[in-house]
Amino acid sequence: MADAEVSNVKTLQVKRFKPSENPKSTFFSEEKGLWAWMTTVDHKKIGLMYLGSVALFFLLGGALALLLRTELLTPAKTFIEADTYNQFFTLHGAIMVFFVLIPSIPAALGNFVLPMQLGAKDVAFPRLNLASFYIYVVGAIFTFIALANNGLDTGWTFYTPYSTGSTSSVVWVTLGVFILGFSSILTGTNFITTVHKLRAPGITWGKLPLNIWALYATSIIQVLATPVLAITVLLLTMERTLGIGIFDPALGGDPVLFQHFFWFYSHPAVYIMIVPGFGIISEVITAFSKKHIFGYWAIALSSLAIAFIGFLVWGHHMFTSGQSAVATTIFSFLTFLVGIPTGIKILNWVATLYKGSIEMKTPMLYVFMFLFLFSIGGFTGIMLGSLSADIHLHDTYYVVAHFHYVMMGGTLIALLAGLHYWWPKMTGKMYNETQGKIAAFLIFVGFNMTFLPQFIMGSQGMPRRYYNYIDQFTPFHQTSTIGSYVLGVGFLLIAYYLFRSIFSDERAPSNPWNSRGLEWQSTSPPDLHNFDHTPVVIHGPYDYHKPMEEFQLGLAASHNGHGGHGHGESVEVTTETEKA
Amino acid sequence: MANQTSSHPAHVHHHFVDSDQQFDTAKMGMWVFLVNEILFFGGLFCAYIVYRTWYPELFSEAAHELNTLWGAVNTVVLIGSSLTVAMAIRSAQKNQTKGLKINLLITIALACVFMVIKGFEYSHKFHLGIFPGEYYTFTGIEHPQANIFFSIYYMLTGVHALHVLVGIGLITWIYLRARKGEFSSEYYTPVEITGLYWHLVDLIWIFLFPLLYLIE
Amino acid sequence: MGGLFDFMLPELESPMTGASTDAVMGFIHLVSFILLIGITIALIYFAIKYKRKSEDDETPLITHNNTLEITWSVIPLILVFIVFGWGYKGWLTLQSPPDDAYEIHVSAFKWGWTFGYDTGAQVSNEVHVPAGRPVKLVMQSEDVIHSFYVPDYRIKQDVLPSRYTSVWFQAEEPGESQVFCTEYCGTSHSDMLAKVIVHEPEDFKIWLAKQGSGGGTPIERGENLVGIHGCTSCHSIDGSDKIGPTLKGLFGKEEQLADGATITVDENYIRESILEPKAKIVAGFENQVMTSFEGRVSDEEISDIIEYIKTLE
Repeated sequence: MADAEVSNVKTLQVKRFKPSENPKSTFFSEEKGLWAWMTTVDHKKIGLMYLGSVALFFLLGGALALLLRTELLTPAKTFIEADTYNQFFTLHGAIMVFFVLIPSIPAALGNFVLPMQLGAKDVAFPRLNLASFYIYVVGAIFTFIALANNGLDTGWTFYTPYSTGSTSSVVWVTLGVFILGFSSILTGTNFITTVHKLRAPGITWGKLPLNIWALYATSIIQVLATPVLAITVLLLTMERTLGIGIFDPALGGDPVLFQHFFWFYSHPAVYIMIVPGFGIISEVITAFSKKHIFGYWAIALSSLAIAFIGFLVWGHHMFTSGQSAVATTIFSFLTFLVGIPTGIKILNWVATLYKGSIEMKTPMLYVFMFLFLFSIGGFTGIMLGSLSADIHLHDTYYVVAHFHYVMMGGTLIALLAGLHYWWPKMTGKMYNETQGKIAAFLIFVGFNMTFLPQFIMGSQGMPRRYYNYIDQFTPFHQTSTIGSYVLGVGFLLIAYYLFRSIFSDERAPSNPWNSRGLEWQSTSPPDLHNFDHTPVVIHGPYDYHKPMEEFQLGLAASHNGHGGHGHGESVEVTTETEKA
Repeated sequence: MANQTSSHPAHVHHHFVDSDQQFDTAKMGMWVFLVNEILFFGGLFCAYIVYRTWYPELFSEAAHELNTLWGAVNTVVLIGSSLTVAMAIRSAQKNQTKGLKINLLITIALACVFMVIKGFEYSHKFHLGIFPGEYYTFTGIEHPQANIFFSIYYMLTGVHALHVLVGIGLITWIYLRARKGEFSSEYYTPVEITGLYWHLVDLIWIFLFPLLYLIE
Repeated sequence: MGGLFDFMLPELESPMTGASTDAVMGFIHLVSFILLIGITIALIYFAIKYKRKSEDDETPLITHNNTLEITWSVIPLILVFIVFGWGYKGWLTLQSPPDDAYEIHVSAFKWGWTFGYDTGAQVSNEVHVPAGRPVKLVMQSEDVIHSFYVPDYRIKQDVLPSRYTSVWFQAEEPGESQVFCTEYCGTSHSDMLAKVIVHEPEDFKIWLAKQGSGGGTPIERGENLVGIHGCTSCHSIDGSDKIGPTLKGLFGKEEQLADGATITVDENYIRESILEPKAKIVAGFENQVMTSFEGRVSDEEISDIIEYIKTLE
């Protein structure tokens, strides 16, 4: 019971709640059946449904990638026509960006983890959360209609006037992306509100896990940037149906204006994809080195800095487009500024390892891979931000390699780290550690084999989106193709052992990594309401020097799952610990 | 604050502690959503600014084709509806169900008046051949980009009109719930956040009116 | 090390435009490489040295270190400022063609390039330039956005349909360099190649004089026009069907149309197909789009093209 309130400090009576290792009821065992899943407002079930859909789309996008790489085995036609090739790379890009990378970490893992890390029972607007999942599904259906009906051949960037004249079904896809945008906006709105309003007692801004900071920064970008994409694709749709002429030179419009509109969203979108990855890295690296994060505020605030500066650099995609010289200069300058907070994060993570107690489990392997691959992505980003170098490298394979190092070596590897880290919590099952390590090794080798040669051929002048290429690039393309097969095998292996683990009998313990994170202080898998008590937090999420029992506190008064708790804004908690 | 174990009213969802938290949360969610709406229109305003900078003479010339009087009437109508929606919230806060219902009805009526006037404006322009985009056949303005001004006009007012329609739908839904007596001073969150939305729709029109109709 | 960076870049043929680019790229690669090695060594060293010994390992509480953090924020900041300034300087050179540059007009279309000289001569997919003299290309697109890229010169510029853009270079030695289109433009984007052919100034004059101003017999003019307008990127002259029907044996042939009718190809049908491509489409090509050449070719030119097509039997 709350007794005395002295200024900002509130005294709460708490006791220890040790999560049961053998939970009687979990969110799997309650509300069972297909219909219950489809109509659920539980953030954990919605998160898993997102995870399933994202995995499905990743499979599709990945298969397209392998087909593309196979076609590129020989300089001329290998097995598909030029038009088919153009459709494949367009769909590979559009699917991976809009259906995989953007929703992957926030909507799938974030949905599951965010309320738990806040000690909340759910997100702020559970029904809205379900709605955004279905909006995502509807967006996907639109895209599949386009697939079945003439496909799409504009590149995922939809540049005008090519896209206004193309005979493929541009409108279906732009409408699909328009609808998908709302899913992203609603998720962002939901997360921002949840972080502000639903924190458990004691979670002040300084005690938020860095994953929450990252998701918070991401949500801000989602809310601010996605509507501009929505209006852009709406204008493009109108351009094709009514010929409004804003972007079409034939009607007096300006095609470069479209590029400005497009990149105003799509550059921040890069940060929608990568910033949540940063959050996962902070969580995993501390858990597996049993150590406090180095530079909490530097990492937290650099996420926000990236979110804001990220809005001011879109023009660096357009150095060769004919935009004004002043704009080009400013965009180049700001691009370098956004590189700094990113670099700071990398060094902070490396410093976190210093004097830690490092255990190389699968999630940690992915973190190490991330730090290596993402650094390469970052350095080559500096290269592309440099004006004269970008003139040479723009739209070559160097750019292709760069963004794969960032998006795949960064986001996707972080996603794999998070997936392996939270898998026991999400499913209550443990995967095979040896197979996990083998897959990680395959992915590391395959990835570098695929994309390192692309840096070389790019800087030698190999343009991107080429169906045929001149002979001198053949060895690089062939190495790259073989690498992509290795990569494919790695992903299939992951799918295999994760899938198998679901049906195995081996139960995962509630906290297999001895993490101090709040989400680990529940059962595996969690109860329908996450915790059967109201959690109270007195330490930071990375205080590995404090004993575990001080992280398992809850309000002594209510433990029926429906009880009340004060939300954590500017509340400090003094504790009388009562051993349960 | 922590002492609410027993009192959990029906309208409070299970994941909230109390009515206050739910109200604050809903309101904040709406504000975040409104920020996103502003950015959405912001994209269109950008297109407007770019083209107005490129072709200032076109904009002053083409604005004469728009009927300032009806535009002004519509502005007054919308400001009036903003007032009545604010009064509806006030009524809900003071438990005056009757006042709430009447004010909601007036708001819906004013929104409909706005749409009817807008409809007349559109049909007058269609009659002249001022269609959007490539269907534009009007010859009254000697400017190669005249069609683009009207494209922007139709996009801005069209998307705004869509928001008005959504607003009419939302307020009707609120009215129906009010008739069932769902709202009181204890719980009027939906009235409040719908009101917020309606104010934004109104505010955007207040920007659109001078930007499109009042160019000299 | 230097060898690897050299290997990464093609031989530089236009030092005026490319030298600074190569230098800044070398600098960034070198610094990045050193930093990456540093990070990697630190990662591996920490992983080995601080390997977990038991579940009860105690770790020290190190929350932050202001000196360290400021150092590793400021040093990269200085480095990126250097890179920005360097890149900016090189880019300014690329933006400012010398006043005495030799001007060539470039027209890009799906899928080819036409180069026009001040003498009226036009050539397709090969631009001949004099060595040792700055050359400025003034470019415009006839349809969608293309991009003119010569890796050997480190230059690239988008070619837009709505306005002129330009790019310049100065090749020092006679030779050939590859031109790519680097803005995706549809089916044959990857075949939209051209060559820059650099001559000694004297040889260039001779070459240009030989081009005349587009004279020759009607058949020669027709052949040239078919090249300049890029007809052959969709219509082959060897009998194979590409995007559109082949031109070989076209004249006098009976064609099945998409609407079921048949037609014999004569002068009027060819003329109509050039000016109004959608009017009568041959069966099997319904989904392809050809842009109208209305206003881009004169009646005399169409006659020349028809004369040329007649020879393709």
